[in-house]
Amino acid sequence: MSQSLNILDVSLRDGSHSVRHSFTVEQVRAAAKGLNAAGVRYFEVTHGDGLGGSSLQYGLSKVDELKLIEAAVEEATFSEVSVLLIPGIGTKQDLQAAASIGAKMVRVATHVTEADVAAQHIGLGRELGLKTVGFLMMAHMTPVEKIVEQAKLFESYGAEVVYVTDSAGALLPHEVTARVAALKDTLQCDIGFHAHNNLSMALANTIAAIEAGANYIDGSLRALGAGAGNTQTEVMVAVLEKLGYQTGIDLYKLMDVANEVIAPLMQQPQEISGSSLVLGYAGVYSSFLLHAQKAAQQFGVDERDILMELGQRKTVGGQEDLIYEVAQQLVKA
Amino acid sequence: MTKLKVGIIGSGNIGTDLMYKIERSPVLEMSVMVGIDPTSDGLKRAKDRGYKIITNGIDGLAKRLDLVDIVYDATSAYAHQKNSDVLTAAGKKVIDLTPAAIGPFTVPPVNLKEHLEKSNVNMVTCGGQATIPIIHAINRIVQVEYAEIVATIASKSAGPGTRANIDEFTSTTSKAIEVVGGAKKGKAIILLNPAEPPIIMRDAVHALVEEEGHEEAIRNSIQNMVVEVQSYVPGYTVKVDPIFEGKRVSVFLEVNGAADYLPAYAGNLDIMTAAAVQVGNEMARHFMREKEAAK
Repeated sequence: MSQSLNILDVSLRDGSHSVRHSFTVEQVRAAAKGLNAAGVRYFEVTHGDGLGGSSLQYGLSKVDELKLIEAAVEEATFSEVSVLLIPGIGTKQDLQAAASIGAKMVRVATHVTEADVAAQHIGLGRELGLKTVGFLMMAHMTPVEKIVEQAKLFESYGAEVVYVTDSAGALLPHEVTARVAALKDTLQCDIGFHAHNNLSMALANTIAAIEAGANYIDGSLRALGAGAGNTQTEVMVAVLEKLGYQTGIDLYKLMDVANEVIAPLMQQPQEISGSSLVLGYAGVYSSFLLHAQKAAQQFGVDERDILMELGQRKTVGGQEDLIYEVAQQLVKA
Repeated sequence: MTKLKVGIIGSGNIGTDLMYKIERSPVLEMSVMVGIDPTSDGLKRAKDRGYKIITNGIDGLAKRLDLVDIVYDATSAYAHQKNSDVLTAAGKKVIDLTPAAIGPFTVPPVNLKEHLEKSNVNMVTCGGQATIPIIHAINRIVQVEYAEIVATIASKSAGPGTRANIDEFTSTTSKAIEVVGGAKKGKAIILLNPAEPPIIMRDAVHALVEEEGHEEAIRNSIQNMVVEVQSYVPGYTVKVDPIFEGKRVSVFLEVNGAADYLPAYAGNLDIMTAAAVQVGNEMARHFMREKEAAK
């Protein structure tokens, strides 16, 4: 097994949720420098909800994401900086701005059934010469055939990689295998996988994805990401090496940036608390966690009840406003 | 009283829903539905209801301008410029339901009568129609420094035009939040939710105001505005008591539609078309008043 894998670190994007979008230029610069030195091919820098995500709904960025991207690009002599773009939140104009300051990859994300809103954005990514990726979020919410159909749309728009994105950390390994294998069978392009660890399945799911043919894999240092976080990049690299895969990453240097840069900026441990467990159990978008905790406090209700109800209502990524409605209804109930 | 003859370009979700609402207008008369796909449901329905149909788009309508006084354009931002040029050159009134925004923005409870003289007026977006009245209601009490809206609509209620125009939705809505809503800075987000049964349109309005307080005045102002919107969209409701947190005000709305074409969940369709009919009605009344005066 000498299959080579592309590791993409999302600490500086998914981690934005965990630090309530408070990344500073200095923090990003230090993390970027470390990731670059460790030989991580791609890493992502954007507001947690992608370009243009800075908002009252999701949290205002402390520092304009373009400044953060710019700082990361300056440090990335080997690595390439990716940006996330969720059509409906960010626009083509935002992508042009990111590309003009040196972003080299764009991941265009939609809910797993809504790929067709991304046609223009994927097209623009290719036009700008960016490595262009389609990111199918909340992949647990729909059957395999539907994911295949939507992934084909992404590919037809020009995506070079299509991701199965387990935004709620709700998938189990056999479900990951089924999804990734089905895409591998039907698409010509590369397949990626993005995990959340809400059910403690992130690494197991990642391995299942790789074994089923995925060759773009996300992780975050110290698992710094929404909910219980992502597959922990440094652990993943060690495990993959033991399994015989080539990652091209210097494990010690990677651990150094996790320990010296990421650990000190963490606002809470990336552990599986009762609530992050419920995210995975009920199938709720991971970034709802901290907002639900805040609403639970404000309204004096159990955050687990809020999250369970949001799962029942089949909410999709971005619907943080519903948290307040549910909390208020729980009070009245 | 004679009615003004109405043409609708675009036989998709919005155009078809609009047709049913025009039928109820006391001053507008549905005349012709213009599409480009002869097999579209909207054209079939228009034909069944006895209206003229044109299946080769604006080129066909350009040859039958006698059929219309007012034309609603429910195509796409991209197609709208040409449609508008052809129609306004012939002296027709154009009400634009695409996010093209060539003409001034109109949100009935805020500025219904401001642009009746214009040859082309724009209806912003569904999210704009649902939220800008609320932003205006806050802004008339205390200056809104920043307002942001998040519209969540059922996937089934978003046709191909809306999907291809998703960036135009955000940019047009943001601009109208400033121009019509009065916020110094605006931002808009749209989300599609595929849940079954389909979800009812929801809108969150988050505003940062110049100074804290004024809670009761803001609450009352919002309440009055909701009543005004309900006069043309009865299913428009505030879902959660407004939340105040320092300078931040958050309002959560739900928009149930009248179920003319798509079922009631598609409040996004309804608030657009109902607002557009309000504008058409006013234009027609204005036109007739002018005509009377000229006699």
